[in-house]
Amino acid sequence: MPVLGKKFRPPEAFDQAINGYYQLLPSRFVRLDGKRYLLSNDVGEFLVVGRGQLADYIQKKVPKGSDFYHDLKSKCFLVDGDSNVALDLLALKYRTKARRISQFTALHIFVVSLRCDYTCRYCQVSRQTDDKHAFDMSEATADKALGLVFKSPSPTIKIEFQGGEPLLNFSLIRYIVANATAENIRHKKNLQFVITTNLSLLTDEMLSFCSSHGIFLSTSLDGPEQLHNANRPRPGMDGHKLTVEGIKKAQTALGRDKIGALMTTTEKSLPAARAIIDAYLENGLDSIFLRPLSPYGFAVKTRQAYKYDVDRWFEFYKEGLDYILEINRQGHRFVELYTELVVNKLLSPFSTGYVDLQSPSGAGISAIVYNYDGDVYASDEARMLAEMGDKAFRLGNVHDDGYEDIMLSDTLLDMLESTLSESIPMCTDCGFLPYCGTDPVYHHATQGDMVGNKALSGFCGKNMKIFRHVVLLLEDDPEARETLLGWVRP
Amino acid sequence: MIRLHSKNNGVLGGLLHRHPFIAKLTDNPGLPKALRPRQALLVSDHEAPITEGFGLVLVAHDNGTPAVDNAVRLAPELRYLKGHDVIKFSPDTLKIDVLYRKEANAHSFLVTERCNSFCIMCSQPPRDTDDRYLVGDMLAALPLLHPDTREIGITGGEPTLWGEDFIRLVQASKNHLPNTGLHILSNGRNFKDVSLAVRLANVGHPDLMVGIPLYADYSQLHDFIVQADDAFDDTIRGILNLKRCRVPVEIRIVIHQQNYRRLPKLAEFITRNLLFVDHVALMGLEVMGFAKSNLKSLWIDPYDFRDELRVAVQTLADAKLRVSIYNTPLCVIPEPVRRYAVRSISDWKNDYLEACGCCSAKRQCGGFFSSNLGTASGHIKPFPAGFVP
Repeated sequence: MPVLGKKFRPPEAFDQAINGYYQLLPSRFVRLDGKRYLLSNDVGEFLVVGRGQLADYIQKKVPKGSDFYHDLKSKCFLVDGDSNVALDLLALKYRTKARRISQFTALHIFVVSLRCDYTCRYCQVSRQTDDKHAFDMSEATADKALGLVFKSPSPTIKIEFQGGEPLLNFSLIRYIVANATAENIRHKKNLQFVITTNLSLLTDEMLSFCSSHGIFLSTSLDGPEQLHNANRPRPGMDGHKLTVEGIKKAQTALGRDKIGALMTTTEKSLPAARAIIDAYLENGLDSIFLRPLSPYGFAVKTRQAYKYDVDRWFEFYKEGLDYILEINRQGHRFVELYTELVVNKLLSPFSTGYVDLQSPSGAGISAIVYNYDGDVYASDEARMLAEMGDKAFRLGNVHDDGYEDIMLSDTLLDMLESTLSESIPMCTDCGFLPYCGTDPVYHHATQGDMVGNKALSGFCGKNMKIFRHVVLLLEDDPEARETLLGWVRP
Repeated sequence: MIRLHSKNNGVLGGLLHRHPFIAKLTDNPGLPKALRPRQALLVSDHEAPITEGFGLVLVAHDNGTPAVDNAVRLAPELRYLKGHDVIKFSPDTLKIDVLYRKEANAHSFLVTERCNSFCIMCSQPPRDTDDRYLVGDMLAALPLLHPDTREIGITGGEPTLWGEDFIRLVQASKNHLPNTGLHILSNGRNFKDVSLAVRLANVGHPDLMVGIPLYADYSQLHDFIVQADDAFDDTIRGILNLKRCRVPVEIRIVIHQQNYRRLPKLAEFITRNLLFVDHVALMGLEVMGFAKSNLKSLWIDPYDFRDELRVAVQTLADAKLRVSIYNTPLCVIPEPVRRYAVRSISDWKNDYLEACGCCSAKRQCGGFFSSNLGTASGHIKPFPAGFVP
């Protein structure tokens, strides 16, 4: 009890909440382990609480003046008669989280060629053919697609060149970069380019073009030589050598921050988490994205996607993340990109632009795909599905449809409506909702329904496991927490 | 400690002033005659020539009496005054108030002693008095300030209580000192009315900052500390309104026994709710005014909240907020966050302990409020020679 002069009133005189009465603000909870729950609100603030605390909170029995009461209040889980500014703050934070939706599509994927020099078993889309014209994007198609790109209100426009192997149609990349840059003089957007490539066809001339236009490269590195070549066979089996050489060349010519790599997990990768990460370290890469295989393309045809289940993949992810945290503890900053996304979702007031982890889904409104033939798809997965013969997510064609036709198409609107997590069975009650999202293409492909039954969903299973794991790391492992906090980008 | 007020001045010649006289000091007796009536000539030694026509002649020595009108023998404690300084002379009491010292590291104008809060640690306890003359004093002084002045401050009391006059002060600061920053200390509560924030923003001051205290992450504690119901809600809404109008805002957190425990939670609250503020200052207690009379309930050795301070600063800095630690000696700030310490105490009330004499970091260290020397941390420890903090 403070000893203050007579002119001052004691703390309890300033509590205008009558009898400790409070009102609950919207919140959800989900079990973390045998004892603890995650309590979260619509803007992603959270508390890890015991079962008794959770019950007290809901039954409005949290003792006034307790730390728990003040924590709940400080994080906008309750309002009492003393203060209602939490409502203003929640509104502000909700707008902040949702801001990206108003900015609309930032990522524009151009599939400049379906042709590829690789014959990956899990590949989702590529074609081996000498017929250039059948599977390359034409200048006329690129012109129409660029017209759509600059209709997006997003202040940032990222054009990503995909394939197949996009370097097989490098003249079109030059053409698009030149025209987009010229067009952008008028639009003054923050314009970036990325080429997703296996690097095997990368020439010095291409590098100098990338250098002068600030173009980023994204490649695939599945791990050490044997694993990489097994996953990503190239006639001659020199894929790993060419990739590693390409990474080195790009790092030298463009800068280390201009080249990143992604990996895909196959059954062969599962026992090799550490070796895969070491391969990234050895090649001077600062991050890795531990990705499960998606159930599209040749992955389905060759039944690669079904060879392991979510539990086994999660063990792989966990082992990988443990090793990455160990690397960070040893004083080297190295980031697992999916975990980084999740940590940012948990700890930052901003949203991330990751298509699969937002509500509604970012398909079409965060990212959009212009296929080589001019067809427009809501996501990269959507066009993979289309290559398997299912064009359920085709939004139109650049030659036949205008911006409004595409963005207001029933296909896209239905999809957005079906991906509002807040109204999806099971998601609506889940404490992880503010961090999660939904992938309509995945659920359509695996369950024949965009919404899907979440109890049977690999997407849900995977993300629940990751969220639980990351929250408990933050909660229980101070060293891991310090590393993970360093991955938050406010 | 430097004295900023004194009545210890003596009349030497015929005093023609009936009303308080605010003037810039000059040591140039040859100033063009037309300019002299509005300036005060500062005479540092008995050999210096004294010319006619100055609004005031301040004799800063004790040898002889000049035969000019409006001559005043300057109190010995004010003889540090120099050309370009600005004073207010009150003829009825012979009091001189120093309004501006060109050499000072901070230039603040107290524009009212009235306040709508009653903070338990207030160093400038509010008085309900008619002090509108303070607005006039500042308006009169502003045109006299040196144009190179880096920053001036408006403080109180609660300056926004003046309403339209408050806006007038900001407008005058912009008009007379377009290249000088303006730092306003306000509890922010009156900005809950968005129209005041709009009016402030519409002045278009090019370098403005409103410093607003936030002492807790929930209402009951903040309201108790400022002794005003609804103050937390008003202040938060005030900050939101100011930032809505793109007025820069600094959050000021004075740390004491009543709030140090939740300092890390307050930092988290700021990163989650107020990430758009422009600066956060974590401040040691100034043992003056109410802080002195309530010391038992307020004092905590900075050494004893070092963990809370470290976590709070790191949380704010990780969120890319600009953070500073004020009023806290370097040797009691945990090493990982020492680089956020700033020499923040105004020079006229800034002192060091005897023990600090041999400290190698004294020049980088903010030291103490003169009023705090008696209640310094028990863990003050001079850094050894060659130590670079």
